[in-house]
Amino acid sequence: MSLLDIFKRRGSAPVARERLQVLLAYERSNRQRPDLVAVLREEIMAVIAKHVTVDQDDVQITMERGETMSTLEIDININIPNAAAA
Amino acid sequence: MAKVVVVTSGKGGVGKTTSTAALGAALAQSGKRVAVVDFDVGLRNLDLVMGAERRVVFDLINVTQGVANLSQALIRDKRIDSLFLLPASQTRDKDALSEEGVAKVIAELREKFDYVLCDSPAGIERGAQLAMRFADEAVIVTNPEVSSVRDSDRIIGLLDSRTLRAEKGESLAKHVLITRYDAARAARGEMLTIDDVLDILSTPLLGIIPENEGVLRSSNVGSPVTLNEPNNVAARAYIEAARRLQGEDVPLVLPAERKGFLDRLFGRRAA
Ligand SMILES: Nc1ncnc2c1ncn2[C@@H]1O[C@H](COP(=O)(O)OP(=O)(O)O)[C@@H](O)[C@H]1O
Ligand SMILES: [Mg+2]
Repeated sequence: MSLLDIFKRRGSAPVARERLQVLLAYERSNRQRPDLVAVLREEIMAVIAKHVTVDQDDVQITMERGETMSTLEIDININIPNAAAA
Repeated sequence: MAKVVVVTSGKGGVGKTTSTAALGAALAQSGKRVAVVDFDVGLRNLDLVMGAERRVVFDLINVTQGVANLSQALIRDKRIDSLFLLPASQTRDKDALSEEGVAKVIAELREKFDYVLCDSPAGIERGAQLAMRFADEAVIVTNPEVSSVRDSDRIIGLLDSRTLRAEKGESLAKHVLITRYDAARAARGEMLTIDDVLDILSTPLLGIIPENEGVLRSSNVGSPVTLNEPNNVAARAYIEAARRLQGEDVPLVLPAERKGFLDRLFGRRAA
């Protein structure tokens, strides 16, 4: 282990502070209204269900919440008969 | 078929969540498929200790209620492929968790994993009882301190009466994990000794985790101590405890005061 590592390791508190600030900013802003991810998820699923039937297993949702930007990735396997090929 | 292990204590703040993350990671590091499940509904923290707090989409309650299926809710660890987290709900209250729902989720986890570690909430109420309900084994996290030992004793009573195994007259293996052990304070007679604790609880010892600042550093950065600082004394103690949990016979050495010159200089163990 290098000296730099030792000094870097000593500074885990700033990492903790940053992680908490991001998390708490998000949680506080969500305390009054329902979870944004949950709302998006439900509404997107409802729209899709209107047109095609999808199994829960065909839907993968991942999220990565960042300080300035978050990504919500929704991966849906739908089976639509291909009209062009028919 | 997985072994379901509840990590419990009665008292709060003794190290259940820390131990669930560290034991779970240690088991996964040795090649086992592991799921750690946060039962602390409303006060989830295992996600934070595991560094997955920004990736939670679904939670345990969503799965018990059928809003999501298990594979959608499990979050795969970014460092170890075979380690997964099932987070607790932050917004719902603990009454949203039903026994039937938990039974279903645990049964499904059993199929997919080698170990399922259930991080219990503090207390002896419904939440703690649901966390232990379907366990095959229990890790009772205890600090060498009077109120913690007393609460552990009550939890042992519940393990012996309120779990499914107890009700069916089957055995449930129990292990005491002593955490936040301070050898210097024990030497000065300021803390209960290991023997005191084991005598009182008359339950076999899984390991002794020393009080160590590496544990705090690791939760600061969101990584189980066994991953973040594998050579740290607390990490090594957790790795050994995980081996004992798998039935290995690993001799137990009492942590002595090992502070040297470098430690004093930098305030940490030189690994
Ligand atoms: N071996 C240890 N050395 C130092 N601090 C520890 C140790 N084990 C746990 N802690 C700290 O104690 C506090 C409570 O731990 P936690 O795992 O959240 O307890 P619980 O889940 O039982 O409430 C946390 O701040 C954690 O970092
Ligand atoms: Mg906890």
